Amino acid sequence: MAEPENELHTDEMILNIGPSHPATHGTVRVLATLDGENIVNADVEIGYLHRAFEKSCEHGTWQQAFPYTDRLNYNSAIINNVAYAMGVEKLLGIDVPERCRFIRTIASEISRVADHLTCIGPSAMEVGAFSTFLYFVEARELMWDLIESLCGARLTNNYVRIGGVKADLPADFAEKLKAHFVKTRQLIDDVDKLLTHNRIFIDRMRGTGVLSAEDAIDWGWTGPCLRSTGVPLDLRKDEPYLVYDQVDFDVPVGEYGDNFDRYLVRMEEMHQSMRMVEQLLEKIPEGPINVEDTRVRWPAKQLVYSRMEELINHFKIVFEGVQPPKGEAYAAVESPNGELGFYLVSDGSGKPVKVRCRPPGFANLQALGPILKGGMLSDLVPSFGMINMIGGECDR
Amino acid sequence: MPAEAIFMAGKIGFVFFLVLNLAGVLGWVERKQSALMQDRIGANRAPIFGITAIGLFHPLADAIKAFTKEDFIPARAHKLFHTLAPFIALVPALTAFAVIPFGDTLTIGGETTQLVVADLDVGVLFVFAIMSLATFGVVLAGWSSYNNYSMLGGLRASAQMLSYEIVMGLTLVGVFMVYGSLQLTEIARAQGEYFVFGGVNTWIPKWGILTQPLAFFLFLTAAVAESKRLPFDVAEAESELVAGYFTEYSGMKFLMFWMAEFVEIVVISALVATLFLGGWQIPWLHPDGLHVPFTAIVVGLPSLVVSMMGVGAFLMKVFVLIWLQMTIRWTLPRFRYDQIMRLGWKMILPLALVNVVLTGFVVLLLNR
Repeated sequence: MAEPENELHTDEMILNIGPSHPATHGTVRVLATLDGENIVNADVEIGYLHRAFEKSCEHGTWQQAFPYTDRLNYNSAIINNVAYAMGVEKLLGIDVPERCRFIRTIASEISRVADHLTCIGPSAMEVGAFSTFLYFVEARELMWDLIESLCGARLTNNYVRIGGVKADLPADFAEKLKAHFVKTRQLIDDVDKLLTHNRIFIDRMRGTGVLSAEDAIDWGWTGPCLRSTGVPLDLRKDEPYLVYDQVDFDVPVGEYGDNFDRYLVRMEEMHQSMRMVEQLLEKIPEGPINVEDTRVRWPAKQLVYSRMEELINHFKIVFEGVQPPKGEAYAAVESPNGELGFYLVSDGSGKPVKVRCRPPGFANLQALGPILKGGMLSDLVPSFGMINMIGGECDR
Repeated sequence: MPAEAIFMAGKIGFVFFLVLNLAGVLGWVERKQSALMQDRIGANRAPIFGITAIGLFHPLADAIKAFTKEDFIPARAHKLFHTLAPFIALVPALTAFAVIPFGDTLTIGGETTQLVVADLDVGVLFVFAIMSLATFGVVLAGWSSYNNYSMLGGLRASAQMLSYEIVMGLTLVGVFMVYGSLQLTEIARAQGEYFVFGGVNTWIPKWGILTQPLAFFLFLTAAVAESKRLPFDVAEAESELVAGYFTEYSGMKFLMFWMAEFVEIVVISALVATLFLGGWQIPWLHPDGLHVPFTAIVVGLPSLVVSMMGVGAFLMKVFVLIWLQMTIRWTLPRFRYDQIMRLGWKMILPLALVNVVLTGFVVLLLNR
């Protein structure tokens, strides 16, 4: 007698998920070949949010690229600003003042908290925990309040300038930050209680989307995703930039390299970032926030209106742009999702020849197909959420 | 007899009115409660002549909107089944309420009637039989839509609902053994008795939750799973399957699936209230009035008042259970499909069997 399973003929089904689908925030398309509920193969297609970032940058002056960088990873726009500014400053061969570096670090870490909140909240919502999403949205609003008090914008901040930042910290910043951090910590604790020991949540996250440390390195993973596999790579510790060498913080690493570890790493990083910001606010020195070089940073408006020399400088910097010497430079920062790098080429004019962005999301997303293979259809949701691909930076 | 006919019409009218309105209002309750849990305001618009009544008119606005929407049927869908599916999903859920008693007997003008539409002696089995018909609606919807998401949703729903029906039935076996009946009115009435230990009346009512605590939790879990709501909503899992089996539905048909879900919540709550929380019973309140515990004092009450209090108590219990289900829905994440199956077959089912055996021993010992 024939085995029953030999008599039943089954076919594989191709399920098209995205680019417009509730799970694929950031417009990506996954072509999943399903055998019942199991994913046999998953082809990930990107590029739906391609806006020619790199080409657009070549059409403006060096400063004019800042708003474009905002739109790479829009959850932590300031970190993109910082990375780009660091690249241009490397080309110019200048150092920014100490206070500016502190402010940039503070703004970066607040952005990092906002980014992690935006990663965990929606991911939890997609596995069904809707309330936690709104708790984290509330916390993110608090982070954006802080960023708004810095630069006036909540989402696309455009805060950093070549050789400085747009504005100094407002007078009541420390007070406001203290109050907001208290509330944010409460919200994070609430979500921690709702998710971290929740059996259903653990079942969904633990053991899904597993990638070994070797594979993660081979795929070019960085950031929390790589750290979840146990590799303690963090540019803030390994190649300290800004003032990260002056603060005390831990780099949390995972053990199994699964979605739950990615979640835990991000939860802990938020606490570390807030710890850092508090230390920095205590240590922040007084002083100028911009370099005193009129070829790089335009003079104060008052002087432009009243003095000839400054007016000319202002005119030249606006129309010709900052003119870095001929050469190339690569600057990388630890963005919330991994190494965010800018490779810049200058021919000595006011416009970039090449602005190449190395987005962490692109490298991280490469491994989505392999980690989905062999899993179930439902695993796609937390795996994609925890990789935290941001369409803006992945597709540029 | 005309009196009987009037009573019957009244009861049917009341149940229909109650269930349909509750289902409508639940849409609003769900919004408000989720808003409360999430630090939001929730539905507060839809004014009628400038009166918003904390958003209570939203269900009305929803209905008007759904009626005026285009009724879309995908080009390659099976038109008949696609149209039929929402009806098959909604009608059984409504019908199941017929056998659930919502109060004790009511006496008006010398005529006495039991406050239940149909007092069947196979009550619970009828509910299961009818509720399992709803599976067809869901499966048909998934299959006839000609959409991969719908089909996956329908498949998930059929497997899940069939599994949990078995589990649900088995968890209740203990209850039948304790009360010795399948008739819901009998089970509810039997819960009005008190535990008597060694001839001493403890004045603790024999509610199902006390005689069958394990069955209560198992049945509630299975029932929530049967209603396909979070954490068991893999059939519509909006983040994976868009809307699951009703992805291709719009307008009133969509609303019918939505309503079927809410009616199921009401039915489940009513069933749990009847089987485990004493139905219409209020502790120490008997048809002749309030019995003060540990004494022989009876505070006499007119039978009409007692009947009405019973109906109120039943509704109260239903509301509490609805609230519980809503809280669960807005707190927990979703299971994965295989995890739901594992929970049903490998955890709840064996526990239900253990419960049956234990109950058997206890019943045997007590009746010896």
